[in-house]
Amino acid sequence: MDTPRTGEFAHIGKSVVIKGELSGSEDLYVDGVVEGTIELQGNNLVIGPNGQVRANVNAKGVTVQGKIEGNIRAVERAELRKSAVAIGDIFTQRIAVEDGAFFKGKVDIQREAAKPTQAAKPETQPERKNPAPVASGAAVGTGSTNPSSGTSVLKS
Amino acid sequence: MSSAAHSFMKLFRGSGESQGVKPAPAAQRLTRRSSGLGELARMLQSEEPLCVLDIGSTSAGNIRYLTERGHKIYSEDLLEASTDPDLLIKNDQGQRTLDDKKFLTENLLFPGGQFDIVFCWNLADYLDESLVKPVVAKLWTTMKPGGMLLAFFHTREAGPDAPCYRYHIVNQDTLEMQHIEARRDVRKGPTGAVHSSIEKSFRLQRVFNNRHIENLFRDFSSIKFFLTRDNVREVLVVR
Repeated sequence: MDTPRTGEFAHIGKSVVIKGELSGSEDLYVDGVVEGTIELQGNNLVIGPNGQVRANVNAKGVTVQGKIEGNIRAVERAELRKSAVAIGDIFTQRIAVEDGAFFKGKVDIQREAAKPTQAAKPETQPERKNPAPVASGAAVGTGSTNPSSGTSVLKS
Repeated sequence: MSSAAHSFMKLFRGSGESQGVKPAPAAQRLTRRSSGLGELARMLQSEEPLCVLDIGSTSAGNIRYLTERGHKIYSEDLLEASTDPDLLIKNDQGQRTLDDKKFLTENLLFPGGQFDIVFCWNLADYLDESLVKPVVAKLWTTMKPGGMLLAFFHTREAGPDAPCYRYHIVNQDTLEMQHIEARRDVRKGPTGAVHSSIEKSFRLQRVFNNRHIENLFRDFSSIKFFLTRDNVREVLVVR
């Protein structure tokens, strides 16, 4: 999920500020400021290098290059790039963290993808107090591809 | 302990630079064997999911290593958090210090008895003096009885410019060490302005001797030292 080309993603530019609930059924690139919630059922979210998101996020895949304060629920995959500042818990099947990324929170690797209907539910409570069991199959970081766990690779 | 540590530091700073450890280039990673991690590995092989807290710099390798084994990992980079300019206050003597109470209202916000394992790495050597004891006391409360904490302490021979490393778990008794530098853009002041007072890299604040370390962890039930060949003592502490 690299930086999207124009036309592939809906684009929120860096001068845009949105407060409230943001939902959609297409991939979204946020380079501006969003406060509230972001619901992208079955679609990908990219927070660009200028993006500042203060929201709980639900999406198929989430890539963070900028800053996010809030819980990330990525049904398939979460990526923290080296410029990322992520404060909040991450719930996903697979996670990749580049060296240099700042992360404060919990990583909860989930064996099976959350069902779309569940994923679409907004997260209103901090999940820290509800420790869900963690399963194997996690894959993180800058290492090589791991076929058994379906890991892909990030190069810093 | 503060004055003793400071006097020890003076002694330490008087030592020859030639004994100092030179940092590896940022991209380069050094490998070291870790007896302390080897001891912890038995616990990490547990079938039961463990709750692990890593208070070193964010490490993708550690997240991978632990989550692949079914454990839950919490990450908090306390050294980076301590560079928040908003923490600066003046004490009774008018000296600049860090507000430990404010620090603990923003960090380590966990319920008591949550963690089975805490990776402290070399935090205590680089953290500001005012935060060391409060942080260790807070860690004590967040750990389960019987929980284990792994920490590294430099010896005097390491030299005053001993580099600060990010530690990556490679396998049950091997670590990779990566030289880290402070980020400048993690924290912003209340006005949103980026503060540029943060030094480029972290500097060794003091050197603990064995007695200091025992004193620091006196509330814990046991402490075990591992001597290494790279001027670092590994310490495994049981809550």
